Amino acid sequence: MGDLNIMLILPEIFLALTGMGFLMLGVFQGNRSTDVICWSACASFVIAAVLLMEGDWSTQYILNDMLVMDQFAGVMKLLILLGLIASLALSVQYLYQERIARFEYPVLVVFAGIGMMLMVSANNFLSLYMALELQSLALYVLAAFHRNSLRSGEAATKYFILGALSSGMLLFGISLIYGFVGSVDFITVQNTLANLPMIPPGVVVGMVFVLVAMAFKISAVPFHMWTPDVYEGAPTCVTAFFAIVPKIAALGLLMRLLFGPFAPAADQWMQILYFMSIASLVVGSFAAIAQDNIKRLFAYSSIGNMGYALIGIVAGTSQGVGAVIVFLFIYLAMTAGSFSIILFMRRNGIAVEKISDLSGFAKNNPVLAYSMAVLMFSMSGIPPLAGFFGKLFIFQAAIESELYVLATLGILASVVAAYYYLRIIKVMFFDDAADPFDEGMNFGKRVVLLVSMSLVFGFIFYPNTILDGAMIAATSLF
Amino acid sequence: MNMPPILSIMIFLPLICAAMVALVRGEKGEEEIVEKNIKHLSLFGSLFTLAFGLFMYQNFDPKASGFQFEEQYTWFQSAGISYHLGIDGISVFFILLSVFLTPICILASWNSVKTRIKEYMIAFLVLESFMIGTFAALDSILFYVFFEGVLIPMFLIIGIWGGKNRVYASYKFFLYTLLGSVLMLLALLMLYVQTGTTDIPTLIENPVGFEMQKWIWLAFFASFAVKMPMWPVHTWLPDAHVEAPTAGSVILAGVLLKMGGYGFLRFSVPMLPEASIYYAEFVMWFSVIAIIYTSLVALVQEDMKKLIAYSSVAHMGFVTLGIFSFTQQGLEGAVFQMISHGVISAALFLCVGVVYDRLHTREIGRYGGLVKNMPVYAMFFMIFTLGSVGLPGTSGFVGEFLSLLGTFQANTVIAAFATTGIVLGAAYMLVLYRRVIFGPQDNQDAAEMKDLTLMEKSIFIPLAILVFYLGVFPNVVLSRVSPAVTEIVSMYEAIEAAPEQAYYFGPENINIEEEEGE
Repeated sequence: MGDLNIMLILPEIFLALTGMGFLMLGVFQGNRSTDVICWSACASFVIAAVLLMEGDWSTQYILNDMLVMDQFAGVMKLLILLGLIASLALSVQYLYQERIARFEYPVLVVFAGIGMMLMVSANNFLSLYMALELQSLALYVLAAFHRNSLRSGEAATKYFILGALSSGMLLFGISLIYGFVGSVDFITVQNTLANLPMIPPGVVVGMVFVLVAMAFKISAVPFHMWTPDVYEGAPTCVTAFFAIVPKIAALGLLMRLLFGPFAPAADQWMQILYFMSIASLVVGSFAAIAQDNIKRLFAYSSIGNMGYALIGIVAGTSQGVGAVIVFLFIYLAMTAGSFSIILFMRRNGIAVEKISDLSGFAKNNPVLAYSMAVLMFSMSGIPPLAGFFGKLFIFQAAIESELYVLATLGILASVVAAYYYLRIIKVMFFDDAADPFDEGMNFGKRVVLLVSMSLVFGFIFYPNTILDGAMIAATSLF
Repeated sequence: MNMPPILSIMIFLPLICAAMVALVRGEKGEEEIVEKNIKHLSLFGSLFTLAFGLFMYQNFDPKASGFQFEEQYTWFQSAGISYHLGIDGISVFFILLSVFLTPICILASWNSVKTRIKEYMIAFLVLESFMIGTFAALDSILFYVFFEGVLIPMFLIIGIWGGKNRVYASYKFFLYTLLGSVLMLLALLMLYVQTGTTDIPTLIENPVGFEMQKWIWLAFFASFAVKMPMWPVHTWLPDAHVEAPTAGSVILAGVLLKMGGYGFLRFSVPMLPEASIYYAEFVMWFSVIAIIYTSLVALVQEDMKKLIAYSSVAHMGFVTLGIFSFTQQGLEGAVFQMISHGVISAALFLCVGVVYDRLHTREIGRYGGLVKNMPVYAMFFMIFTLGSVGLPGTSGFVGEFLSLLGTFQANTVIAAFATTGIVLGAAYMLVLYRRVIFGPQDNQDAAEMKDLTLMEKSIFIPLAILVFYLGVFPNVVLSRVSPAVTEIVSMYEAIEAAPEQAYYFGPENINIEEEEGE
């Protein structure tokens, strides 16, 4: 205690320094250097991941208890870095194709990344707020990155207003908790609450406000309204980024809160999450059926997937948390793979994003079409693909905690979800051919797709490393 | 015994072969050669698997009652799920059926499939691998992986190479079976949480409490009844059959339907004995309804494939009757009926495929008098028709007779109703045969169709031999099935002997019908 332990956040420090370096480079070199900065940002994420792996993952506190480093934070940071690498590698070609290749893009991604990594390490409501705002501000700008496009501007405005609202709620909730407990330190809050005979109503209200803010970030129903609009309006590479990384960070933070400071109030938050989980599953699977824009479809798909993750959290055991981590890992792989194909959808130099635009994809480009089909089967949870196992462990944890109704609803929702995933396959394979897409898939997308496919196929053969890592990480939370 | 891991070899050989097929490429203008190579490669791959299947059959010890050729490797270490394979007298024949029908399917599609041959062959090889895996798996999660994985290639086969209404049929097939299966997954997880294992032999030895059994049984039933399919959840089958390409129908009727029956035999009956007894009468009445109702529906069909599809539902009714009679004859008859139906219905769909390839219609009225221009075809069609009717001397007879015998011991009234199904079966099959093969040659184009080609004959001959062979020497199958069945029967006799554990189909069961609605 009381130590700075600054070496434990070396990856974040390294990223902050390189981020500023990239900014300087961009300022002096202008937009010519965008692709250089993009790829070097990818490289710096890789280096950060190496630094992270080399670091000490035993539970230790940093900067006078403001941050914590433990197995859970380590695994979540690794997932975030993987997501950052994947989404940045996917973006480069698209930025140039849309003529929005400005050097701020990779710099913003780096800063958002630092914010997210700090989020899952937060051990104090103030560091939590700082980290959350660092990533949110970067994300608002990213959503508006296509500044000449009305839709992009609209999406960013919506995102910003709702995000600001949720930040306000978060601060209000934190101030309530501080008022009733007298501390913003996670450990103190947890110990104080655990020693009270009952949770003070003020703390419960504060906790609800904090949870609402978190629900905004992970877009759980009923706080999901921004998601489809932002996903649709933002440039597709930003959508890919939104769908992959912030979700992981926000869920990590949510889990840290629920099993840390809010653990004594489990009875109270359990009901809230139970409802949000069911609502997300139902809305995510039914609303997606009516979509004809593939980005909106993925927005609802991600809402539904957050519903599954919440099932694992509601289970309230280390099994459940471990299952959520595995689920997030597989979700990351599948979403990154899918977006590498969505970003490929261009006709005559213009990005197309209707589902019907995929018709005849199987004839024109069988390899990509089959990859997409495999990803969709995986997303709908059909074995032997990885998506099935992600859901399997979540349901296992749910049944172990005797959440029979939730498990049944979740699994029935997956059948409904299968319907809209199948629709994509149907359009690609069964419908009459439309014109082919523009050729040319760059290196970044190819690699992301290849890695994603090998994870989707290979998980069944080599699952133990990932499972064990997730379980160890989950245990460190409790 | 130092045997090679033959079950794993049989599962992975088709997959490796599929990967090789995927890599076959050629220059522009060499499409024909590429196609030929793909076809040959897949045929040889499936024949190799067949050879391994026969090798396995040769080395199968018919007297042993436990599982043979067992393989077990750790898979999910933390969850205790293992890659556990093994076969007993029941599963060995389903594996043989799968490896036997796959080369036939590939041959049957040799000339009739013209588009995307590469993907088509890959789909069938993957399907073969999953089918073998389903029947060989001795771990419930592994079983589920294969059982459910089958949906992917089958969905594509119906959806890409199917008929006019293929999209509807493929969706219906996929979502119907998925809905049933996911409930089974929950039940498997429930069993896992209750007992702490997913190992099938261990699960059989350690049954859970009766109240829990009832719920788990219903969830299993939701899956297996859809797959069988049992009335009233059979409606996906006629659609899927009608739209699927010939080989797809062959595999669907030949093997996929048997997964439901196999599931009952491997999961519901041995793992949940008390619940199975509790629900037995309910299943038997459903089976009888299925037999009579679908036979009547089959009588009025104008589409050949639809008629045979409904006849499949009826024949599967005999299987569930046999299984839930819990008698030696009934269970043996059920297994035999599934094997025999696998051969006969596959052959019947091939028969439809032969005329469909020539005239591109399945409407019964468009044919007639084929005996004049296609005598060899008429002969083969007759063999399989009579087999389906259950003529003594063909395999169909043995299965129906034994399962009815078992049913008679368990419940005379139900057996009496079920027997009418045999008469109805004769009625619709003979009507079909008369209208297609005999009668006046009204349609010029039907009258000009050529008789079977050499390739088609070579497909039908082994099937016809099997129909007679199994009919005359049923002991080949029964003697191997017997030890596994005896175990189940003795388990049930022990339960029924204990009076306090005798359960009846009481009035509190009325709400079961509602559960069925899903």
